[in-house]
Amino acid sequence: MKEYHTIETEVRLPYQLAYGATWTRFFEGLKEEKIYGTRCEQCNRVLVPARTFCPRCFVDTTQWVEVSQEGVLRAYVLTNYSYFAQPLKPPFITGLIRLDGTDVNFMHLVGGFKMDSLEAVQAKVQNGMRVKAVWAKNKTGNILDIRHFKPL
Amino acid sequence: MGRQVGIVGVGQTRHGKRMDVCYPDLVREAVRAVFEDTGLSPKDIDAVVSGSMPSMMEGVALTQFYFADAMQAVGKPILKTETCGSTGVSIAQTAYYWVSSGMADLVLAVGHEKMNEGDSQATMTTVMEPFYQRYFLAGAPGVFSLQSQEWSVRFNIPADKVREAAARISVNHHDSAANDNPYAHLKLKLSMDDVLNAPIITYPIRLFDVCPNSDGACALIFASESKARKLGLPTAWIKGVGYRGEEQFFGDSDKAVWPSAVEAAKEAYDRAGIRNPRKELDVAEVYNPFTYQEMLFYECFGFCDFGEAPDLVLKGVFSRKGELPICPSGGTLCTNPIGATGLIRTAEAALQVTGRAGPRQVPGAKLALAHAMGGIDQFNGVIILGSEK
Repeated sequence: MKEYHTIETEVRLPYQLAYGATWTRFFEGLKEEKIYGTRCEQCNRVLVPARTFCPRCFVDTTQWVEVSQEGVLRAYVLTNYSYFAQPLKPPFITGLIRLDGTDVNFMHLVGGFKMDSLEAVQAKVQNGMRVKAVWAKNKTGNILDIRHFKPL
Repeated sequence: MGRQVGIVGVGQTRHGKRMDVCYPDLVREAVRAVFEDTGLSPKDIDAVVSGSMPSMMEGVALTQFYFADAMQAVGKPILKTETCGSTGVSIAQTAYYWVSSGMADLVLAVGHEKMNEGDSQATMTTVMEPFYQRYFLAGAPGVFSLQSQEWSVRFNIPADKVREAAARISVNHHDSAANDNPYAHLKLKLSMDDVLNAPIITYPIRLFDVCPNSDGACALIFASESKARKLGLPTAWIKGVGYRGEEQFFGDSDKAVWPSAVEAAKEAYDRAGIRNPRKELDVAEVYNPFTYQEMLFYECFGFCDFGEAPDLVLKGVFSRKGELPICPSGGTLCTNPIGATGLIRTAEAALQVTGRAGPRQVPGAKLALAHAMGGIDQFNGVIILGSEK
């Protein structure tokens, strides 16, 4: 087949996304090594990260709750491939973590051990194990102020 | 319920790495094919629906303008429908609503994607907001692996068994795509060992458990009952549709017993009067970019109980000669031009129930399911097609 020409191009655009009151308070909490959720007074679920409103009941959440920094790992994935502008450098493990006293799964990294082989990861990580937040030294009000959750 | 609607024609491009054509020419290839298939011409069409992945995939925004000429949409009402992976089924359902409402008699539906021109996984991550989930969910493989891992552990399926069942699915689909589907992208001959020992992409998913990046387009024509009768073309009748979305955050809903998949199928079954899908359906085109996830869909769609799919796969229940053949086209696993993929599932189901699926025909198929899912495990859409109304 004949090779036809191509053109290289890119789209690069700046954005400034507003956090609003809820995300601002949640991220300020991370700076102080606190993880905040909000409780829905209608269904009584504790949602984390904190929400302005309950996605199911569509009512404002009014009660802020500092949630536990420990919980149970519900699922995980080991990522070992790269793509353009990937925010984290592989390999890394993403976990779904049910923090104690909350009603949804919080997503974050599971780490603090070597990930150089699948066997090494499997020896350390199982669904159902307890994990605990490890904080970054320099906190900037970002989700990565929690460095990862370590197996207990 | 609105009016009866049928699919009267199908057009597909040759799918694969299509750097031999510019994007509008690729779209036109599918549109010309559906006009050739039906004998209709652009002047017969009342309205056009199209769709693709988010604009970050295409590199050009608002593709319904870019492809207006290629779709012959000039001077007609046009809609774009975009729901990530489920785009194709959303396009089909939009066309269905349009005809069913009585506002149009013939609607052209076009799905398209050129994944090799952009970066598909970087595009996928832009579906996630940049301050929380985008860090953690590494494109589609990250999302679907996390879900599959949770499912297999939840139902105590031994890792070796699920891996073997996934490999069986992969070998079967690659066989079908290579031998029986002239439009398919991947034409690979794989052994069980090839699949089982392929490199890990996102554990537990390995290279041949994952779909390729494909370029391709698909076009269908939807007709009202009176128009379809007048045309006298082989018609696949839409017997039921269902579509459901979920919360924005992945952690807010159960992904192992997946509510949007369960409820979208239930809605479509209820409308079609289906009570026992495994027995009543003759063939299903399940959206299966990942082998592991395909088994989860069998369970959410009621083809079997939760946790049972791998055993049934290994018994051959869902293979080409089994009780309910899944994806005789080779499926999304072997061909995934995302914006077109759900429409290809619908096209393949339409070909099956009209007896026009060629070497991949399931003999005597009368009732078929087409499905697609999209977003960060957020959307599922199901369509039931029949050879009779």
